[in-house]
Amino acid sequence: MGKTLFDKIWDAHAVNVIDGGPTQLYIDRHYCHEVTSPQAFDGLRRRGLRVFRPERTVCSPDHNIPTHDQDKPIADPVSRNQVDTLNNNAAEFGLDIFGIGHPRNGIIHVIGPENALTLPGYTIVCGDSHTSTHGAFGAVAFGIGTSEVEMVLASQCILQPKPKSMRITINGTLRQGVTAKDVALYIIAKMTTSGATGYFVEYAGDVVRDMSMEERMTLCNLSIEMGARGGMVAPDETTFAYLKGRDFAPSGDSWDEAVAYWRTLPSDEDARFDAEIHFDAADIEPRVTFGTNPGMGIGISEPVPPNCGENEAERAGYSRALKYMGFEEGRTLEGVRVDYVFVGSCTNGRFEDFRLFAELVKGRRKAPGVIVWLVPGSRKVMAQIRQAGIDKTLAEAGFELREPGCSACLAMNDDKVAPGKLCVSTSNRNFEGRQGPGSRTVLAGVPMAAAAALTGYITDPRKL
Amino acid sequence: MDDKITIITSTAVPLPVENVDTDQIIPARFLKATSREGFGDNLFRDWRFDKEGRKIESFVLNDPRYSGSILIAGKNFGSGSSREHAAWAIHDYGFRVVVSSFFADIHKNNELNNFVLPVVVSEEFLSELFDTVFANPEAKICVDLPAQTITNLSTGHSEMFDINPYKKHCLINGLDDISYLLSRKDDTEAYERTARLW
Repeated sequence: MGKTLFDKIWDAHAVNVIDGGPTQLYIDRHYCHEVTSPQAFDGLRRRGLRVFRPERTVCSPDHNIPTHDQDKPIADPVSRNQVDTLNNNAAEFGLDIFGIGHPRNGIIHVIGPENALTLPGYTIVCGDSHTSTHGAFGAVAFGIGTSEVEMVLASQCILQPKPKSMRITINGTLRQGVTAKDVALYIIAKMTTSGATGYFVEYAGDVVRDMSMEERMTLCNLSIEMGARGGMVAPDETTFAYLKGRDFAPSGDSWDEAVAYWRTLPSDEDARFDAEIHFDAADIEPRVTFGTNPGMGIGISEPVPPNCGENEAERAGYSRALKYMGFEEGRTLEGVRVDYVFVGSCTNGRFEDFRLFAELVKGRRKAPGVIVWLVPGSRKVMAQIRQAGIDKTLAEAGFELREPGCSACLAMNDDKVAPGKLCVSTSNRNFEGRQGPGSRTVLAGVPMAAAAALTGYITDPRKL
Repeated sequence: MDDKITIITSTAVPLPVENVDTDQIIPARFLKATSREGFGDNLFRDWRFDKEGRKIESFVLNDPRYSGSILIAGKNFGSGSSREHAAWAIHDYGFRVVVSSFFADIHKNNELNNFVLPVVVSEEFLSELFDTVFANPEAKICVDLPAQTITNLSTGHSEMFDINPYKKHCLINGLDDISYLLSRKDDTEAYERTARLW
């Protein structure tokens, strides 16, 4: 029987398999940010250990950093301490770090791919659930906890039970105005927030094949929001074209050798998955979420569904979510007043996202009274935006570009949504208080964010 | 961590909420610490305290009737962020067992790596446990890791739970994965000599 893409990579990295237990998996690339690593480095010190393979770990602070005045010290002393701690740990243990202001600094899941630190066939981990982003390159990439960060630092390996495999195939042609984000939010709503727990997902089908790398990253990024351990896409010509010539990509003969190997990775035709799911592209319209987990989503023209939980806990959870959001069953979200718009994060903070936003707002004006944060995912994205002159288009429409970081995705820095206020956000989570205590988040794609920024209301972007 | 888990008999704290994400277990603004200690104070922070820092009396952790080292929670516990701080907060608060009908993967691993035992039970058994504890907050539950059973001591009903034998061995004996991985360094080096590494 043939092997899946996932199996080929997993099996090639299995150092040992503990009887009846987890696999000792070798890790090719480890990304490190300031929030989930300090206690792991402390652990190394306590045990008197060095980092086993320092060249395989790359650090970048992203969660805590302010998205303005990055040339000045961080004002919040607690955030500053965490970022300084990462700097000090990287220096002490001999790790590469792209600190604040470094031309390669940015959100770890944006900078890995754009510098070709992420490659097909790799195993990639990071103390961050959105590590699934890197699966877009045909890598086995997943989020881990801090104890596991310590394991990787100490041994370049991790102990993991092998997950089950799932293939999600999306065939057909996407309707006008539907983005990769909408595809992902649609899939999550169908699967529910826990529907892929225990599985590693491969995305396949016409729609995925036609996606750019940036779109594939958006899709894979959100895999964790349906509980999946990770998501991946088979490497193909689009993948190779994206990677070629980037800072850390193999070059010369080793590029050819790498590509030859990468071509062997896609799932064999007779490979079997533990679960197979199919979706039709024609069923997907621009999406919004109405509740407090990413699975609670609808098409923009659809009303908030009635509470049909199977038991009391489910019904109570649903009611609680609607009450928190201030939405009602049976009503569509169009026309709901918006206080904030956030474009950025590891989900939608890449160059194509800002180019699309700029195309949509060109020649129009930002709605008064809406606070709009446009936050590039990295310094390189920021540079690309400037190089393409998009910053001027944005400025003419009344928008200001901030400096790179995780920003309003998770309220660990200054960019917080005020209590009770509503934010249309291109990020990945709409949990209670995610964007600041009491904040209300509607997850959506870039066009929906642009429409909200221009009108001040939740608006079907196709009507712009 | 110097814990071991074998048999735990305790009263329990019921939290019949589904999809409890790790942002609720410990909100992001509390993740700025650089040590593992003290997270218990902020466990379920925004459900436990209002904006002014006053206790929200209706939340179960503030209800003096309920205490113990077992937390019983609704389906899909620990979804979302990979933050291990969530497991540290649960442990630091004093819980050693979390019972649910379903756990998110990363959080489940994080619990296991911090000597908090995630016990997966059937929906029916979970619902019985909630009923028992709500009816009698003094009711005790026994979790026997070596036997892999959980027993509602009020009804005598019992269920088996799954755990992989390696992790079971680690929890019972107070071992962590790093010691194992360090002992396998020769294998790792041998792997590196043969593997395709860029």
